[in-house]
Amino acid sequence: MRASVSWIAEHVDLPPELTPRELGEALVRVGLEVERVESAADGISGPLVVGRVLSFVDEPQKNGKVIRWCSVDVGEDDPRGIVCGAHNFAEGDLIVAVLPGATLPGGFAISARKTYGHVSDGMICSARELGIGEDHAGILVLEADSAKPGDDALDVLGLREAVLDIAVTPDRGYCLSVRGLAREAGAALDVAFHDFVMALPAVDQSAYPVTVADPIGCDQFSARAVTGLDPTAPTPPSIASRLHAAGMRSISLPVDVTNYVMLETGQPLHAFDRARLNGAIGVRRASAGEKLITLDGVIRVLDPDDLVVTDDSGPIALAGVMGGASTEISDETTDIVLEAAHWHPASISRAVRRHKLPSEAAKRFERGVDPRIAGVALQRCVDLLVEHGGASAAPGYTVIGDGPARVSISLPANRAAELAGLPIDATTVRARLEQVGCVVTTSTADKSTSDGSTVDGSTGIGAATETTEATETTEATETRDTGGLFTVTPPTWRPDLTDPADLVEEVVRLVGYDQIPSILPSAPAGNGWTPQQRLRRSASRSLAEAGYAEVINYPFLAPAVHDAFGLPAADERRRAIRLANPISEAEPEMRTSLLPGLLANLVRNVGRGSRDLAIFEMGLVYLPAETTTPPPRVGVEHRPSDAELAAIERTVPRQPRHVATATAGEFDRAGWWGQGRLSGWADAVEAARTIARAAGVELEVRKGDVPPWHPGRCAELLLDGAVVGVAGELNPRVIAALDLPARTSAMELNFDAFSPPPPAQAPILSNFPPVLLDLALVVPEEVPAAAVLAAVRTGAGELLESVRLFDVYSDPARLGPGLRSLAFALKFRAMDRTLTVDEATAARDAAVAEAAARFGAMLRA
Amino acid sequence: MSGANDPYDPKQVAALSPDALAAGVAAARAAFDQATNLDDLHAAQSAHLGDRSPLALANREIAALPPAAKADAGKRINAARSEVRQVYAERLALLQTERDARVLVEESVDVTLPWDRRLEGARHPLTTTQELVGDVFTAMGWEVAEGPEIEAEWFNFDALNIGVDHPARSLMDTFFVQGPDGSADSGLVLRTHTSPVQARVMLTRTPPIYIVCPGKVFRTDELDATHSPVFHQLEGLVVDKGITMAHLKGTLDHMAEAFFGPGIITRLRPSYFPFTEPSAEPDLLCFVCRGESVGNPDRPCRTCGSEGWIEWGGCGMVNPRVLRACGIDPEVYSGFAFGMGIERTMMFRNNAADMRDIVEGDVRFTAAFGMEA
Ligand SMILES: [Zn+2]
Repeated sequence: MRASVSWIAEHVDLPPELTPRELGEALVRVGLEVERVESAADGISGPLVVGRVLSFVDEPQKNGKVIRWCSVDVGEDDPRGIVCGAHNFAEGDLIVAVLPGATLPGGFAISARKTYGHVSDGMICSARELGIGEDHAGILVLEADSAKPGDDALDVLGLREAVLDIAVTPDRGYCLSVRGLAREAGAALDVAFHDFVMALPAVDQSAYPVTVADPIGCDQFSARAVTGLDPTAPTPPSIASRLHAAGMRSISLPVDVTNYVMLETGQPLHAFDRARLNGAIGVRRASAGEKLITLDGVIRVLDPDDLVVTDDSGPIALAGVMGGASTEISDETTDIVLEAAHWHPASISRAVRRHKLPSEAAKRFERGVDPRIAGVALQRCVDLLVEHGGASAAPGYTVIGDGPARVSISLPANRAAELAGLPIDATTVRARLEQVGCVVTTSTADKSTSDGSTVDGSTGIGAATETTEATETTEATETRDTGGLFTVTPPTWRPDLTDPADLVEEVVRLVGYDQIPSILPSAPAGNGWTPQQRLRRSASRSLAEAGYAEVINYPFLAPAVHDAFGLPAADERRRAIRLANPISEAEPEMRTSLLPGLLANLVRNVGRGSRDLAIFEMGLVYLPAETTTPPPRVGVEHRPSDAELAAIERTVPRQPRHVATATAGEFDRAGWWGQGRLSGWADAVEAARTIARAAGVELEVRKGDVPPWHPGRCAELLLDGAVVGVAGELNPRVIAALDLPARTSAMELNFDAFSPPPPAQAPILSNFPPVLLDLALVVPEEVPAAAVLAAVRTGAGELLESVRLFDVYSDPARLGPGLRSLAFALKFRAMDRTLTVDEATAARDAAVAEAAARFGAMLRA
Repeated sequence: MSGANDPYDPKQVAALSPDALAAGVAAARAAFDQATNLDDLHAAQSAHLGDRSPLALANREIAALPPAAKADAGKRINAARSEVRQVYAERLALLQTERDARVLVEESVDVTLPWDRRLEGARHPLTTTQELVGDVFTAMGWEVAEGPEIEAEWFNFDALNIGVDHPARSLMDTFFVQGPDGSADSGLVLRTHTSPVQARVMLTRTPPIYIVCPGKVFRTDELDATHSPVFHQLEGLVVDKGITMAHLKGTLDHMAEAFFGPGIITRLRPSYFPFTEPSAEPDLLCFVCRGESVGNPDRPCRTCGSEGWIEWGGCGMVNPRVLRACGIDPEVYSGFAFGMGIERTMMFRNNAADMRDIVEGDVRFTAAFGMEA
């Protein structure tokens, strides 16, 4: 909402010394978001003056145009000669002239320049050039005698005037009006606010026949009419400039007037061309498939939930949102029917969403319009059309419906103090509520507890009741000292005030949030981070310490990446959840794996000049829920049943946390110390082991064949016999398809498969000397090293303290084809004695025997 | 060589004469002094203290002396040998010290050579900032609660007093999950805030509740310098008996100081959120100018636009309707909630200028943060 300060000042006694900025700050203090304080003159500098055209000569040019060579009195000793292309003025007219040295909005600098054979000593301005209107067909002609030559045109046009730009929150619909802003300013500054006071005609239902078939959708429909309007009458600059300051275009007098009054009162209005109406106006819901051409020329197919205004021809307006083309005001309209209705906010909200048609009117109806302001708004429209359009007010005033029922709220007088943590006495509570327009009465009911009368506990504090039944408002059952109970009837322009908490906010914001003290609450003893959260931190720290940089990618997924990955059609990872309104049509799905994002990230980093890369990501992936049937509609008046909550829960996708790494380039760098080492499949597997170590468990590693990994360099990672992840080098085809660096390797684990480690068990250490023996076993190449290692461990028995594979050697010439040698360093030690070499050798021989039995392993000579 | 039974005269045994012994000592001293390295000294030691050295040979002559003369001769030769050993030990110590010093010089290296063999890892500042939030609050006894990122609309909106037709629902710029029929009516959204976690906690636990919820949230904003369709929030929720706006203010002040340093406090401005009533927006005292740029054109502040305060999120007292929907009696309990953007907080705290740097996953950005943000 944008409004000029002078307009606001028409309704509130602003202190004379108050600057627009101070007004803005005061409004911020009471909860309005004042985004800017600006003025239309912000882009204008230098001499901009009122001039009088003394005389002119029309001079036809070779290009067919006729220019006017004008002599203009700008209040100086001699008139200036100015060339002008427009013809919409006469000798003696007052115009606005911008003189050399000035700058107009958009940085347009003015200088004396030679044109059409004359030196033009300035320029005569149009409204558009001044940034105050759209009309550029002609220059701006001021009303006769409204100023004199040489006057500062910024003052005359009111362009210096400050404009407040305010973002209005959804609860403050009434602040989408000058009336509302002025009221807030009054409350913020503790100065008097002046509401509209005007005489309205008696309701006789004769302005125009109206029937309302849907009193829920429209609980009040008011209409007035005017006749004999001069369709050519222009909008006076005073109205046009305020509309412009408010960010609205000037269109025609009747439209401008309805907009002007809407900005002023907050009541959206609609003007129908009476000559184009067929029979009585009606209000109903649309029939399915009914059509309406709205003012923007779009054919709207209506929904049975849409509220429409009709005449005998069918729908003529999408109620509260936009008028229809068939009854639109034209430049021949002389008789007008004005509508000021009160529409059901949620219905308007739904229509806006359905038709993607936000409008100034709808914005107000959605947030709630004062149902008692319609008469004033209509009267203002009629008055302005009479004054500026030569129209006559037609007799009659139609009002169908009573508007919404007023409710009252029981408010313990101490509730505001209790919630704010600030002493606020009952007198202040009452005064502040009255300041926002509430009617406050002291309920005597709270005495009833002490005088022994029966207390009906069926309605608690906060129950809303009709004002008409106000005397029956049930008292609170509180036994604590409430300091009395108020019955508060909010004003009609505050439909947002429905609960005691709403009233508390009104009181506290006007008392001032800056009065609230700062007290740290003391929580009961907690357990800190959960073990699972701690594990997450230590796992991610371990990866970072191992050389991986963490990245956080968008979880949006392009399904095509699964083709590049070579996933089979039935692969679970293709069963992704899809968004109805993705940011990019190319990425409409939610990731089922971290790899697509991580690999795209790798490519991006390579593109930005990084070469040796090790990155990781930890985050959720999104897998289908138990059911895709939408959950039942569950209310919010009380806690849903466990069954209802479970039904909702079943629709929520499974979202396990994964961790993944990707590497490319050197993992150990080359340098003055010697060769580097390219990262590869082994780093990927080790990254998985790093995570497992953080969780205090060991992963079983076995050969796998899972796309997008290289079928010969792919490890499946198992925990307690279940596959929890995959690691290895990527398939070269995938690397080529995704434009990844050669030998890119990656790992992905389901992090949720890991639990925080139980308390670690302390080892028992032997201090007897160890016996160290080496062992080289020749085994078939296809036997996994892990299996040989396991055999050695088993065979060596409990004297074996540790074993480490330290060499792998293949040489068909010396070992024979299809064989390789695995060399192990064994450390034997006994708990209770110094081990002899013979004992250790016997244990080693047992290890060889076990490996020989399992794989035909031979001791390498 | 004298015979065993010859009358004894020490002077007759030339090798044992005092002069001969003195000469032997002098020769040894000279040889040791001439040895300039340990090898030469070793050779000199063999020559003058070894089995074949003159003094060793002289020592053997003692056996040939008459018993009366043995003691005297032994005393003299022992003195001589002791003196030579002493000289040798001194020389040895000297040369060893010299050698040690030389070796240390010879082994010196350029310790400024880099040792960047391994890649340097780092953690993303969004992660560590969320951990910092958790650390600050768990230190006060709060707990860190989390929930799903694809969320049921009921938790994301309805339970939070944002009904189906509430204007705030359309202001949220929500990503909707497509239903099986292709429509947006799946009942699921990408959560627009972490508040559904609060609802989940209130539904499953009884007060007192003191939780903070950091996490990923989604809005249909295009990525630019200050917006991202995927970003992170931290929210806090307290539900207990007698909770007031003063407790909210105290918590915000504590958090501001924990993040931005002593003296950085907050102020509350009235605002509107469906799930809180009264509602407020907390502003953070500008941690750069501490408000001193206000009305001080000579010292403008870019961080706060010389306003002195920086918008930091939203907060308020939990709307009794929300408590009721979550099964908590608003006549017994009250509560407050607050929420801030992690990225925005990080942009302030770590002086990050552009949202795109934070979300694009450039390792150079992460690397700058090391292990803590
Ligand atoms: Zn500042």
